Amino acid sequence: MGMVMVLILAVPLAATLLSVVMPRSFNESATVIAGVVSFGLVLALIPATTTGTVMVGGILRADSLSTVFLLATSFLYATTSVYTIGYLSHETRLAATAGGAQAREFSRYSRRFYIGLNAFAWSMLCAPLANSLALLWIAIEITTVVSALLVALDNTNGATEAAWKYVLIASSGLGIALLATIFLYYAGAQVLGESYDLAIDPLLKVARSLPQTPVQLAFVLAVVGFGTKVGLFPVHTWLPDAHAEAPTPVSVLLSGALLATSFYAILRFYQVTVGSLGPAFPQTTLLVFGVLSLLLAALFLFSQQNIKRMLAYSSIEHMGILAIGVSFGTPLALAGVLLHVLAHATAKGSAFMGAGVLVRKYGTKDLAKIHGGLNVLPWSGPLFLLAIFALGALPPFGIFRSEFEIVAGGLNSPGNTGAVILIALATLAFGGLTLSMTNALFKPGPTDGPIPRGEPSIWMVVPVLAGMAVLLLLGMHPPQPLLDLLNQGAIELQGGQ
Amino acid sequence: MIDLLVQLPVEKVPSVFEGTANTIAVIVLLMEFGMLRAALLRAQVQLYAAQSLAVSVLAVVIAAGRDIPELYVLGGVSFLLKTVIVPRVINRLLRDSQSEIAGSGALGVASEVVLSIVVAAFGFFAVGSLGLQSSVLPTTALSLSIAVVLVAFVLMILRRDVVSQAIGFFSLENGISMASLVVAAGMPLILEVAFIFDLLVAVVVFGVLMRVHQGRTRTLSTLNLDKLRG
Repeated sequence: MGMVMVLILAVPLAATLLSVVMPRSFNESATVIAGVVSFGLVLALIPATTTGTVMVGGILRADSLSTVFLLATSFLYATTSVYTIGYLSHETRLAATAGGAQAREFSRYSRRFYIGLNAFAWSMLCAPLANSLALLWIAIEITTVVSALLVALDNTNGATEAAWKYVLIASSGLGIALLATIFLYYAGAQVLGESYDLAIDPLLKVARSLPQTPVQLAFVLAVVGFGTKVGLFPVHTWLPDAHAEAPTPVSVLLSGALLATSFYAILRFYQVTVGSLGPAFPQTTLLVFGVLSLLLAALFLFSQQNIKRMLAYSSIEHMGILAIGVSFGTPLALAGVLLHVLAHATAKGSAFMGAGVLVRKYGTKDLAKIHGGLNVLPWSGPLFLLAIFALGALPPFGIFRSEFEIVAGGLNSPGNTGAVILIALATLAFGGLTLSMTNALFKPGPTDGPIPRGEPSIWMVVPVLAGMAVLLLLGMHPPQPLLDLLNQGAIELQGGQ
Repeated sequence: MIDLLVQLPVEKVPSVFEGTANTIAVIVLLMEFGMLRAALLRAQVQLYAAQSLAVSVLAVVIAAGRDIPELYVLGGVSFLLKTVIVPRVINRLLRDSQSEIAGSGALGVASEVVLSIVVAAFGFFAVGSLGLQSSVLPTTALSLSIAVVLVAFVLMILRRDVVSQAIGFFSLENGISMASLVVAAGMPLILEVAFIFDLLVAVVVFGVLMRVHQGRTRTLSTLNLDKLRG
């Protein structure tokens, strides 16, 4: 299995390096192959990580918790790589007909796009495979710098502003996360000796005897620090800007994979903290941040005019749900959280891809100017509607199942106020999300200058179809190996082995 | 009277090593304040270079005083990167943009400094009250480095130009480096160096984005970055 883990990192890295030298048409297929192969490799990792931890040379480590996050990232990597072909197809045709300077300009743009996309996926696959919390921090810092450049890629005023806010706020947040890492190092050094490498297993083993104050400090700093990248209130402010201004394939990876990967870092600190202090302190901390994020997102969802910003606030909502789910702490809720990571990645990825088609078709992100999408887009319209319903946790999609498990787990936990708050706020968020979106899809358009019916590109439909199929699978009949993986992940999160 | 003397905790006289370390830590904090009130961007960059030098010297002092040879390497790498390369990158950007004066802060200089003193004092005493003990450095240095981090946040929040904000972030990192010298001096060199190289990558990206920003708006000010809200 060690070889598989090495390959998971080697394949996207190779695709990144190839993108530097090869022409666009090659990069197109190379990225698709890299994405699909990575996803296949992660699938192959499931059986081994369900039964135990796989280590490679003291640097790479995978258990069921890491595999869940690898699954989310690699699936989106594969679908995004297909979507990107369609996303760039319009410019490809324009550049081919215009030729000359414009073609050169586009060739440079697409090269940067593919380098960035592959490097971004690579860095996000590194994080869950890191054996040490220090390497985990480094991987997440790399995701920041790569994705900040991708956000700026379109070189518009909005993109420049969003990228600057993003890099500044996220880097400062990661500065706090580095402090958290250092304080945890300090705590570990009291037991493991002055010089050790912050590897996860030894820390978990000695968690019980770690001094309490530095662990508490480290956990709160980690929630605030990594929480900046997760999009937890009140350090979420970069998120709607970056998601709205980035090219759509990047928005997909940002919201479906990056936020989850940063949440993974919080979960690692959570594991150590639960081992050291017991569950009460970390769970209360997460509950507070989760409820506030969910509340903020639910309220902001009602007032959004920009289709991509709206989906961004929906991401904050779902990250809040993840935090609340972990705060319940029961095995059912934790398994629900891990399923939610997968279902949210798939649903949000599909929704962003669908929104990208609408934006391409109507030439605007303004929800007030998008009308009758169901008629204009024979495939993407209905698929987008379904993706929005999936995000709102309607059956039979995956998020319904995961939120159901989280709520059921919450009702089983000692104080069930959290579950009640969760239901109320998630309903509110659902209202906001569906209200504006159905307007854009159902309201008949103005009679003058109707937009011709038809899809911009078949490549922008296929990945959404795949996403919806996976959501159906997750919601109705998740395969047994996956359920075993999630249950094992929940046990690991509770502090068991 | 004698009873009273006996009950008082015996205050250890700080050794030369501790005194030196604390002095350097105070210098680092003072330079952070200097950056906060510097009106010229170039002065800010120079202060950052000087602050980085102080942190590198601290690493070397600890390496010598506590006999941790790895920290010599760390001090060297940190000097090369943070005192030489980063200021050079920013200075080149400043040369190209022809801007000299830092964007006005959101508050007056006096209010900024008062606010920072309050914030720094809070950080200093809050961390001091945690009672963390380090075998390498007196914990005063840890309290001071948290104060540096907090003042760096004030700098980033109040200044309205990309260079000051970037400098704020880089000096935030200096504060964290200093904290890690106190509580995580034994951290393996490979990790420390990896952190620093990560910073280098971040600096490059900050540089690229500052250039993009300057190319689009013909200014270093962030005042026009207010379109995205809600």
